[in-house]
Amino acid sequence: MRNVILRVKERFVSISVIFVTAIFLTVFLLVEDELSFTVLMLVGGGLFYFVKRRDCFKEVIVFARQSRYGFLICIFLALLTVLIILRNEHFALFMIASVALYSTVCFGLTIQLGYAGLTNFAGAAFFGVGGYAIAVLSSENFPDILSVLTGGFMAALVGSVLILPILRTRGHYAALVTIAFALLFKTFLELNDTLGGPQGLKISSMNMFGWDFGKSFFGGSFYLNYVLFSLLVMVSIFTLTRLLEKSWIGLHWDALRIDEISSASFGINISSWKILAFTLGNFFIGLSGALYAKMLGHIAPTNFTFGDSLILISIVILGGIGNPWGVIPAAFLIIVLPEKLQFIQEYRLLLFALLVILVLLYRPDGLFKKALRSFYRGWGKV
Amino acid sequence: MGNSLLNSQGLTVKFGGLTALSDLNFSLEKGELLGLIGPNGSGKTTCFNTITGIYRQAAGTTSLLGKDITGFTPQQIYKCGITRTFQRLRLAVALSVFDNLLIGDSSSLNTNLFFNLFQRSKLKQEIEKKINKVKKIISVFNPALVDKLYEPVSKLSMIDRRRIEVCRALISDPKVLLLDEPSAGMTQEETRDFMNDLHEIKTKSPDLGIILIEHEMNVIESVTDRCIVLSYGKKISEGSFKDVSRNPSVRTAYLGED
Repeated sequence: MRNVILRVKERFVSISVIFVTAIFLTVFLLVEDELSFTVLMLVGGGLFYFVKRRDCFKEVIVFARQSRYGFLICIFLALLTVLIILRNEHFALFMIASVALYSTVCFGLTIQLGYAGLTNFAGAAFFGVGGYAIAVLSSENFPDILSVLTGGFMAALVGSVLILPILRTRGHYAALVTIAFALLFKTFLELNDTLGGPQGLKISSMNMFGWDFGKSFFGGSFYLNYVLFSLLVMVSIFTLTRLLEKSWIGLHWDALRIDEISSASFGINISSWKILAFTLGNFFIGLSGALYAKMLGHIAPTNFTFGDSLILISIVILGGIGNPWGVIPAAFLIIVLPEKLQFIQEYRLLLFALLVILVLLYRPDGLFKKALRSFYRGWGKV
Repeated sequence: MGNSLLNSQGLTVKFGGLTALSDLNFSLEKGELLGLIGPNGSGKTTCFNTITGIYRQAAGTTSLLGKDITGFTPQQIYKCGITRTFQRLRLAVALSVFDNLLIGDSSSLNTNLFFNLFQRSKLKQEIEKKINKVKKIISVFNPALVDKLYEPVSKLSMIDRRRIEVCRALISDPKVLLLDEPSAGMTQEETRDFMNDLHEIKTKSPDLGIILIEHEMNVIESVTDRCIVLSYGKKISEGSFKDVSRNPSVRTAYLGED
């Protein structure tokens, strides 16, 4: 016990930065009117400046590197605090689950764009494939956990239709193929009566091994079920994505993304690696699409437009292409900020454009630049 | 003929109406260092790109140790044991030195998805083995590079980048090494160091056949066993550097008529 207290003292600054951030984000999720939002933004800016001036962020990073378990426990406790405070706030919880699921989607896109260099402008379409798959299955009395997986498999399967045109085109042209697919997909949904047409489909709430997601969770909102499960999925997919990066597979992807000719000259089979990245990425996207659809309880073609695909790609770019760590804060910014800016109505698009321009000007590599690969902990220390 | 390491007969490459290589015959013996020289645009790099399967030949055959490798993909050529460097470096400068070298050894890596994701301790062992292998090979060239193994290539000097590229080509223990103008962009001192490196390679792997494209004639003079001179895609002379440099048609090709 004394040991723990000593360690907490040692890391006091880092721990308080983490908890202050958590509390700030909680308040951020709760504020609604413009006055408190403005005050909060000013306070947040001040806090950020203060923390940055004292290099506290660096200390947090050192903390994460040196004692991983301590750091993870700290993050877990901070998250727990947030969820306890927000236990009855439906909308805030829905936002958190959305951020988790959108982040998961963007891990899939990170594998495609950031690792293998495949620009996928049909993210929302594959998201939708997952959603429609589970919508069809939920009326069939199919176990929910399997339907979620099926959502992923369906997205990967539908994606395989695109593989041939993508392999036969390069760069911008491959991206155009995915744009065409994204546009076709929405039209297909709108015209297809068995999939509900423009009205879409209703979906029963999730029920897994007797865990009913539609019921209140220990007296809190029923969204807590989805939040917990989405966070679990996000953490697992994040871990997989990072493991892929820190393995021979990530090395092969990096090689072919940077230079196809030299990779081919060293025996790397470009096509099969691209297929792996595309399929795996789509699987992750479909998986989160299925969960998202379950949470919404209703899906329609308007949820999966080309604009949504662009939002997904912009999360990846804002976070730093190829860096899954950056995806989570970027997803938070891009998903939650527009909701909080409701009071300025359509001007928020203007603000969004401004944000994009500022990022491109001052942080062209995104919020967090991709670091050199380290294959395991302690990599590079002789 | 069957005994030679690499053998090309009637190699012809066309880009539309332009004949970049016409009816080139050459052979490379085990342990030989063959110089490939000629003015700019004479087809030297085209020859490399054709041997390594990046370009398709319009006619002609290439064989490695008697095995026909004509029309193989770059991947197949690499697996047969022919590796190369590029005139303009094609290193992944954003990646670490270790990553770049391992790209050269890609076919020996276990890329099984399950292995890479879930058997991390075995993967770690494999990585540690590779670290030792990489350290051994780069310390031959420049022992100081061993300490820079985990740094991005973008931080290295020109000659060290060249060395990394050569190491990347050598790490898979090839039979034939194609060096495309390794002295380009290097200072005279660096070029001299690089010549020593070449001698080092020859003593370390006596069976390795090397073809060297080079514009620095003193490099060619001091390291090659034999030279082939190309001009407008045709072989105009072949022999030791001394013989070739005395040949009047070679002088014409380099310096023009008069």
